[in-house]
Amino acid sequence: MTDPAVEAAIARVHREEWARVVAALTRRFGDLDIAEEAAAEAFAVAVERWPRDGLPPNPGGWLSTTATRRAIDRIRRESQRMAKHQAALMLHDSTRPDPSGPVEDDRLRLVFTCCHPALSMEARVALTLRLIGGLTVAEIARAFLVQETTMAQRITRAKTKIRAAHIPYRVPSGQDIHERLAGVLAVVYLIFNEGYLASQGKDLLRVDLTEEAIRLGRLLLVLVPEDGEVAGLLALMLLTDARRSARVSATGELVTLQEQDRGAWDRGLIVEGQELVRERVRAVAAGAGPPGRYQLLAAINAVHTVAPSSSDTDWSQVLTLYDRLAALDPSPIVRLNRAVAVAELDGPAVALAQVDRLADGLDAYHALHATRADLLRRLGRSAESRTAYDRAIALAANPAERAYLTRRRDQLRG
Amino acid sequence: MARYLLSVFGPTDPPASGGSSSRSELLQEWADTGAFNDKLQREGHFVFADGLEPASTATTVDGRGERPVFTDGPYLETKEHLGGFWVIEAADLDEALALAAEGSRACRGAVEVRPFNTPESIQALLDS
Repeated sequence: MTDPAVEAAIARVHREEWARVVAALTRRFGDLDIAEEAAAEAFAVAVERWPRDGLPPNPGGWLSTTATRRAIDRIRRESQRMAKHQAALMLHDSTRPDPSGPVEDDRLRLVFTCCHPALSMEARVALTLRLIGGLTVAEIARAFLVQETTMAQRITRAKTKIRAAHIPYRVPSGQDIHERLAGVLAVVYLIFNEGYLASQGKDLLRVDLTEEAIRLGRLLLVLVPEDGEVAGLLALMLLTDARRSARVSATGELVTLQEQDRGAWDRGLIVEGQELVRERVRAVAAGAGPPGRYQLLAAINAVHTVAPSSSDTDWSQVLTLYDRLAALDPSPIVRLNRAVAVAELDGPAVALAQVDRLADGLDAYHALHATRADLLRRLGRSAESRTAYDRAIALAANPAERAYLTRRRDQLRG
Repeated sequence: MARYLLSVFGPTDPPASGGSSSRSELLQEWADTGAFNDKLQREGHFVFADGLEPASTATTVDGRGERPVFTDGPYLETKEHLGGFWVIEAADLDEALALAAEGSRACRGAVEVRPFNTPESIQALLDS
C-alpha cells in the first residue's frame, strides 16, 4: 500500500520542517522535552495518515498544529505539572517579538541552545543532530558507534542541564554572537569531519553525517546570511564532499588528492562551493572584513578543485592562503599542511626541514609521519621513508588510510 | 531570575604571605574581589559571598548512625578545595557565566557555576 512518491514526500517534509516544528514548540512551551516528543508524535501520525489521506495542502502547518495539540495533551495529562507549564507558556508568549520588527527564526535560537558552550562537545553534537537535524537517537548512536542507551542518556542529560541551569533559548546579543557562532560552526564541522574522516569504525566515509552537516550548513546560511564564515564553512564542506567518491578506490584504499580521478568529482557541488567562495572574495574586496579560518580553507579547496590536474595546481596561491591561515591559527597542523604546498614550490628538501621542526609536537599524529614518509621517498631516502611509513601505519586509525600507506611503503625500493 | 552557587577552588594550603610581592598581590586580589562584590550588589545579583578558612580547619561530621562521628579534615581528600563562594541571582546561565568570568579574574581562581534547585525542579523530582 505504501506509495514511494508519498514516502519520499514525507521524508522531504521531515527534512524541511522538523527543526521548525521543534523550535516553534520549544518557544511556545519552554521545554525541549515536550517539543521533541510532540514533534516526533506529529511526524508519526503523518507517516500513518498521509499515505492513506494524501499530503495536506500545507504539510508544515499541519505538523505544527498536530504537534501543538499533542504537546497540550501531554501537559494536560501531567496535571500536577500543569500550573508550571501554563506559567511557562504565558512567560514565553510575553516575550514574543514585536511582529513589525525583524522576524527572528526560532530555529536559530534552537541552534544556539544546542551548541551552548556550557555543554560538552559530545552533547552539542548529539543535541544538534537530534533537535535540528531530526535524526533519531538510534541513527545518531549508530553514526558515533555507541549504544543507543548511551546516546539517549547523553541527550537526556544535556536537556536536563539546559533546563536546570537555565541555558537560554535565544540568539546571543551583538558582541557575543561572533564567538558563539564560531562555536556553532565548530559543531557542524566536527559532524562533517566525523563523517568524512570517520575516526573510528571500518568505513572511511559515513555519508549520513557529511550530508547532515552540509544540510545544517545550508540552514545556517539561510539563518545568518551576513556572516562570511557561515558561507565559508558551507563552501569548504561542499568542495571537500565533492571529492568523496574519488577518495576511496574500488579496493577500499584511500586515494590522495594528487592521485584522484578528477573526472569523478561532483561538478555540481564544486560549482556551488566555488560560487560561494567567489561571493566571499567579492565581499572581502568590498570591505567585509578579513576572511576567517573557514573562508581561507574553502579558498584553498577552491584552488585545488579548479585545477584540471595536481601538477596544474596554483601552488603559490595555495601557499599564500596557508600563510594567511597560519597568521590566524599558528597551530602545527596548519604548518604541516602548508609544508605540502612548500614541497611543490621549493622542493621536498625545504619542506622536509619544515616538517622536521614540527615533529616533536605532532609525533602522535599519523599525518606528520605520512607527510615525512612521502617527502623522504621523493628525496630517495628509502630506508628513512620506510620507517616513517611504519610509524604512520601504526598511528592511522582508518583501514583505508592504512591500506594506502602500506602500499606506498611496499613500493619503496632499496 | 535563577539562583547560582559560584564556588572558587584553590590549593589545599594557601600560599604563605611571606614575601612583600605576594603580600601586595594578595591585597590587590582582595581589592579586586571587593570591587566585584560591590558590582554584584549594585546590579542586584548579590545574595551572599564569603571566603573560607583552609580546608585543614574543617571537621567532617556523620550523624547518620546512633552517635555522631567527628573526623578531622574535609569530606573529600583532594589537592584543591573550596576556598570561597558567591550565591548570586542572574537572568539565565549566560549572565551567570559572564559574572563568573569576572569573579574568576578578580579572585584569581577557577569558578564552578551551579544552579540551585527550584520549586519546579523539586516538583519534577517528585513526579519522576
